[in-house]
Amino acid sequence: MNEWFAKVVSDFQGAFIEGDRWKLYFQGLGKTLQIAAGAVILGIIIGIFIAIIKVSVNQRSNSGKCPLALKILEKICDIYLTVIRGTPVMVQLLIIYAGIFVTMTDGTIAAIVGFGINSGAYVAEIIRAGIQSIDKGQTEAGRSLGLTSGQTMRLIVLPQAIRNILPALFNEFITLLKETSVAGYVAVQDILKMATNIQNKVYNIAPLMITAVFYLVLVIIMTQIQKQIERRLAQSDRR
Amino acid sequence: MIDVKDLHKYFGKNEVLKGVNEHIHKGEKVVIIGASGSGKSTFLRCLNLLEQPTSGTITFEGTDITDQKQNINKLRQKMGMVFQQFNLFPHLSVKENIKLAPVKLGIMTEQEAEKKALELLERVGLPDKANAYPKQLSGGQQQRIAIARALAMNPDVMLFDEPTSALDPEMVGEVLELMKELAEEGMTMVVVTHEMGFARSVATRVLFMDKGVIAEQNEPEEFFTNPQHPRLKEFLSKVL
Repeated sequence: MNEWFAKVVSDFQGAFIEGDRWKLYFQGLGKTLQIAAGAVILGIIIGIFIAIIKVSVNQRSNSGKCPLALKILEKICDIYLTVIRGTPVMVQLLIIYAGIFVTMTDGTIAAIVGFGINSGAYVAEIIRAGIQSIDKGQTEAGRSLGLTSGQTMRLIVLPQAIRNILPALFNEFITLLKETSVAGYVAVQDILKMATNIQNKVYNIAPLMITAVFYLVLVIIMTQIQKQIERRLAQSDRR
Repeated sequence: MIDVKDLHKYFGKNEVLKGVNEHIHKGEKVVIIGASGSGKSTFLRCLNLLEQPTSGTITFEGTDITDQKQNINKLRQKMGMVFQQFNLFPHLSVKENIKLAPVKLGIMTEQEAEKKALELLERVGLPDKANAYPKQLSGGQQQRIAIARALAMNPDVMLFDEPTSALDPEMVGEVLELMKELAEEGMTMVVVTHEMGFARSVATRVLFMDKGVIAEQNEPEEFFTNPQHPRLKEFLSKVL
């Protein structure tokens, strides 16, 4: 037992403290967070855009008037959603890197774009489902009072939909953060890439264990934030 | 006030309204009855374009509202609607529910709307519920608030879509009583309902819808005591 413990400590020292290797983890962590944050922002922009198109097509087709351009746009969105959700993010990332960003030695931009486009598909569905979970009667009540469709969406539907959207959105961000660990395949020095580099020098699993702890801490922090948000929403629900 | 000409409505291939012609005058209280699937709710919902008619015209106060160029939002401000499921906004307090549309549409200032909301709450008998939330209220109370919310816009006509059908029996009375008061004050009303007692005592005219058309109509006394159409006779024998 003592021997085992001594080995763990020495492995850890070799993987983390010797030669200031801990700095490499934090460098990699910075990269991971940079990619995740960039992808989240891009994903939200794409997601909101697609959700607006899909919801407005859905509303208009009920009343029987929907411009052709909007219908075509919705078809394109549908294809995007099917392709992105139907293929692995790893494959998408490699295609984007090799096809568009291959001339860059640093794949950070490729990773942000790749993960952003991927996340956008999931964010779009989360927002759309959240909006459509609100009873049609709410929209009808708003419109029957003379509010425009925009006002009805902004003042009546969205404030209610946000309760369904936020928790699911946070789940998506947690998933996204973990998925960025494959960014090493497109020449990004993220935390896992840093860890495998160190592993090639120390020949044990300590760098991977350390990386796992980093991810775990990040996810626990995000989960706590998510719980806080849900608690706030539940409070206003109890009124 | 409302003039309907040759109104047709299809849901997919299913023709729900098969050419409805009707004129509703100012001050009338028109009650529409009929079996489920007869098209009565669809007809009512066409009047403020919650359902887009497939063909035909609806003229409200001289304006063809089926004309795409007309601003339907402006016209809807003058047509209050009360729903079967109340459809109060659960994230807003009772007072905010009533104030929302008048303030956001720029018809009243915040203070005017506040005053109006409190007046209306007094009128529907719920002055102490101003700061409550819809979920805290009974069905009957919610429906009375929904009526107050529609009245806040000072509508010229009120449309009621089965306003008591979702209520527990003991709460039906309070809502009908309020509607009766509204009728006595001279409000033009179009009411889809299964409450035959209400039709009898409040309506100035009763319409019977069957298979997408108005099969028979009359003033209430004659309508209930001397029905002509065989389907109406059958319907009345079941519900009375």
